[in-house]
Amino acid sequence: MNILKDLGRYWLFIASIFRRPEKWTVYRSRIADEMVSIGITSLGIVSLISIFMGAVITIQTVYNLVNPLVPLYVVGLVVRDSMIIEFSPTIIMLVLAGKVGSSIASEIGTMRVTEQIDALEIMGINSTGYLVLPKMIAAIFITPFLVLISMFVGVFGGWVAGELSGVIPSAEYIRGIQYQFLPFNVTFAMIKTVVFAYLVTSISTFQGFYTEGGALEVGRASTRAVVHSSVLILIFDYILTQLILA
Amino acid sequence: MIEVKGIKKGFEGRTVLDDVSHRFEKGKVNLIIGGSGSGKTVLMKCLVGLFEVDKGSIEYDGRNFSELDFDGRKPIRREIGMLFQGGALFDSMTVLQNVMFPLTMLSDLTEEERIERANFCLQRVNLPSSNHLYPSEISGGMKKRVAIARAIAMNPKYLYCDEPNSGLDPKTSIVIDELIMELTEEYQTTTVINTHDMNSVMTMGENILFIHKGKKWWTGNSDQILQSENPELDSFIFAGKIMQKLRKN
Ligand SMILES: Nc1ncnc2c1ncn2[C@@H]1O[C@H](COP(=O)(O)OP(=O)(O)OP(=O)(O)O)[C@@H](O)[C@H]1O
Ligand SMILES: [Mg+2]
Repeated sequence: MNILKDLGRYWLFIASIFRRPEKWTVYRSRIADEMVSIGITSLGIVSLISIFMGAVITIQTVYNLVNPLVPLYVVGLVVRDSMIIEFSPTIIMLVLAGKVGSSIASEIGTMRVTEQIDALEIMGINSTGYLVLPKMIAAIFITPFLVLISMFVGVFGGWVAGELSGVIPSAEYIRGIQYQFLPFNVTFAMIKTVVFAYLVTSISTFQGFYTEGGALEVGRASTRAVVHSSVLILIFDYILTQLILA
Repeated sequence: MIEVKGIKKGFEGRTVLDDVSHRFEKGKVNLIIGGSGSGKTVLMKCLVGLFEVDKGSIEYDGRNFSELDFDGRKPIRREIGMLFQGGALFDSMTVLQNVMFPLTMLSDLTEEERIERANFCLQRVNLPSSNHLYPSEISGGMKKRVAIARAIAMNPKYLYCDEPNSGLDPKTSIVIDELIMELTEEYQTTTVINTHDMNSVMTMGENILFIHKGKKWWTGNSDQILQSENPELDSFIFAGKIMQKLRKN
């Protein structure tokens, strides 16, 4: 029952975002600000995670390659494809669900409990549009770049790990990452990223927007935002993989 | 003039407002008084459309606000200024940006005109030279003033204030009350104020609505209020020591 009610509210919420905006100029500058706050400030964490993911995949793959008939360059290929298909879009977006999702939910939740959203409504401003749309557009636009960066950094991390530990010669690794490259995998990753970005922003803003009470509830809303976005990312990862790859 | 006819509002079966009818007059400070939890804030939120009434109608100078949808209400909303109990300033914006915000979103003024207008409003509430501070960097009384400046930025016809002097010292309270009275007089706004501050009631009480148990229990002005002989109103007014002494005299 509650799930149905929430789902209904969610759709009404989404519909209200797309009512006619007051002023595009204001929206434009807000989108730019949000791109910085969602994208640029996440560059560090995204790079850090990606370099280690790539490194770990290299070492684990080498460790698991016991069959001498399998050529060593396969390691490069495995790192490349794991990063592109799964690790970069899914793991990075899960991390962003934590970082961006919680901050969005607490920002909007605080605005709700301190009546700032009521103040917008009183002025006759479409509060959902003003607060949510710029975040959503910014996230959908900027996260694919973060994920692309993650792919490159991850593959680079794999190479570094190979060099440092000496488990795979540089030439073999580079041959591997060039071997049978399917550009569609990148397209697929971008589709996933955009869907995940939509999920994270819509769920986090929704949770924040319907916060009731005080600071305690803001904290709860932000936790719910992270949990719900993460679970839905995983579910949609499965659905999209099934739909597109199978 | 705002006219309320037979409004009802409840939450999950619990009635908060029961058949309230009243007329809030233009160019006057109209007060809504009542104990904590009596439904003052709910009434005000119904008036501005933050809550939808279950029954009854709200008319702004003959325009039936309660019948309109979001877009239909926009023109009326733009004539409303509201001061929230906690100020409700946008904390990601400076004082100046807060006051400029409605102008930026809703008017076609140029940047300079907006700054000029915002500065005018800030001077009007006696708050020059704090323009570049953030809400977290100013005191409670200053926040109220910024909120008033923001509320009057668009030259509202209707001004709502939810407990304008809660959390303020007596002297600042008086300053804020006087400011609201002056603005009402100057711009001939229909001003509606929620309060349980007896001092405000005595100084601004031209048209008082006393809410009790969700009903319109009494109405009158500050001269009549002391001789109302309404037991619930009396127990509300004379709850404080000072007012009790006043009665004895
Ligand atoms: N959103 C809401 N959902 C459910 N009940 C509510 C809601 N808002 C207010 N109420 C209830 O309505 C009643 C009146 O509340 P209201 O805030 O109007 O009181 P008030 O007269 O403004 O009190 P105070 O002087 O303390 O501000 C209270 O019993 C409150 O619990
Ligand atoms: Mg109240």
